[in-house]
Amino acid sequence: MTDKLYVTPSTLHVSAPLKLVSGAELPQYDLVYETYGELNEDASNAVLICHALSGDHHVSGFYEEDNKPGWWDHYIGPGKPVDTNEFFVVCSNNLGSCRGSSGPTSLNPLSGKVYGPDFPIVTCRDWVNSQNTLRQHLGIDQWAAIIGGSMGGMQVMQWAIDYPDKLRHALVIAAAPKLSAQNIAFNEVARRAIMTDPDFHDGRFIEANTTPKGGLALARMLGHLTYLSDDMMGAKFGRELRSERLKYSFDVEFQVESYLRYQGEKFATKQNFDANTYLLMTKALDYFDPAAEFDNDLSAAFAKTQAAFLVVSFTSDWRFSPARSREIVRALLDNDRSVSYAEIESEHGHDAFLLPNAHYEGIFRAYMNRIKKDG
Amino acid sequence: MNRITPEFSLITDWITPESHVLDLGCGDGTLLNHLKQTRNIRGYGMEIDPHKNVLALQNGVNVIQSNLDSEDLIHYFDPSSFDFVIMTQALQVVRRPDLLLKHMLTIGKQIIITFPNFGHWKMRAQLLLKGRMPETDTLPYRWYDTPNIHLCTFNDFEDLCEENNIEIVAKAVVNNQHKSNLGTRMLPNLLGEVALYKIQRKN
Repeated sequence: MTDKLYVTPSTLHVSAPLKLVSGAELPQYDLVYETYGELNEDASNAVLICHALSGDHHVSGFYEEDNKPGWWDHYIGPGKPVDTNEFFVVCSNNLGSCRGSSGPTSLNPLSGKVYGPDFPIVTCRDWVNSQNTLRQHLGIDQWAAIIGGSMGGMQVMQWAIDYPDKLRHALVIAAAPKLSAQNIAFNEVARRAIMTDPDFHDGRFIEANTTPKGGLALARMLGHLTYLSDDMMGAKFGRELRSERLKYSFDVEFQVESYLRYQGEKFATKQNFDANTYLLMTKALDYFDPAAEFDNDLSAAFAKTQAAFLVVSFTSDWRFSPARSREIVRALLDNDRSVSYAEIESEHGHDAFLLPNAHYEGIFRAYMNRIKKDG
Repeated sequence: MNRITPEFSLITDWITPESHVLDLGCGDGTLLNHLKQTRNIRGYGMEIDPHKNVLALQNGVNVIQSNLDSEDLIHYFDPSSFDFVIMTQALQVVRRPDLLLKHMLTIGKQIIITFPNFGHWKMRAQLLLKGRMPETDTLPYRWYDTPNIHLCTFNDFEDLCEENNIEIVAKAVVNNQHKSNLGTRMLPNLLGEVALYKIQRKN
């Protein structure tokens, strides 16, 4: 057991306006971030972590008052694959989130009221642009690596495409080069669940002093389903009942129903996730498609990248399946990029990228050691 | 990392400096690493085994986890992407060696391939005298648990090349100590244990 790492978040206030891909503009914004380890003298050991849909900047370590570590604590920390004794690790909360960086729950400086639905739609590219401002603020010329899973993996690709000389390594984990029609469809059902909740109030639910809890919980239940594999759900719940016999009613009867309801409820209440944020994040995912600007040629989209890549997928992940990662690998190989690819055997579906796994850890550690050695 | 065997040294002799190389079934990346050091090649390894993938990464090799029985080669690479496609001691474990060879010849300008010789006198003797499937130091498995599902003799391999319009550019034969001697040169199919072939498409 390594020493408990305690962290506190910091905030970067940017008073210069940020022009967004949509054409809208954020007049000013806050970026909340955490750092772990020490930046070395030539600032060559900095690693940026990009979070997934409902994630935040608290990637590793503990808050003073909290027993639960950051969301990627299995892999990031002292002595872990991303070793904070060696690397200066930075994780920022994406714009549009509800975890500290400017988003729908922040005050709109122009109106003095909460943004709510007026917070502009943000994209992966906007996040990368804002993180580039953070990079400058931290005095880092070039990241040793940028690492992300799921939506975070897409952000990593966007970095490599938009700022090719600002990172040496790109670790793209459990991601896809763009969403499939099925992926978008799932997101749309989630959004409809939120927007048709009577407490949604066209997104102005904070002003109405309520939250669309039911819709948000439904959206989360649906999302959560896509993170798990059929096999794992079978192993974990099977057809197990909550009580001894069938009741022939619409109450919760199967354990899996109870589990999903609990996950949805927790997300909407205890974790207090913002419904507008959920809408924004799913839209950012839907829009991600770097090949679109290059005649749908992903290889062309990667042509200007300079980073070396590690791409990782998980066998039971059907949300962003190994086939999607192989598309990324193929496009990088087309460009003769330095690329390695691992397909991790796991029954945990999309969520596997957050969970302990010996092969995954071995690959992750070996690659990070290479970065440490070769720079 | 494993040691550089005479087999690997012979392969190294056949590789042009600065070339683009793909190593199928690259294991822990020993050969690719050696080629990087001595021939300044660029390239990738492909390997199915998770543990060997980790070792290859540790050894500084770019490795794509991949199953040679799948369509991965054709999925990943355009025709003539590589100067050399190497495959050491793996031809006999794949499901369709003939199709894999075809794919290798598509994506590589030249192929370097090594495999154990099932026509070696020890194999012949065991089958002839004992009437049982041979077990040797080179092929130590029992018939029911062997990964080597498509063993062939040098003559079989050369027939396959002939039938598929493949030109044999160079060949070398070594014994189990991976050494070449007069015997293996005179009667390769009887005395050679491992063969190395450099082949390409006939024009």
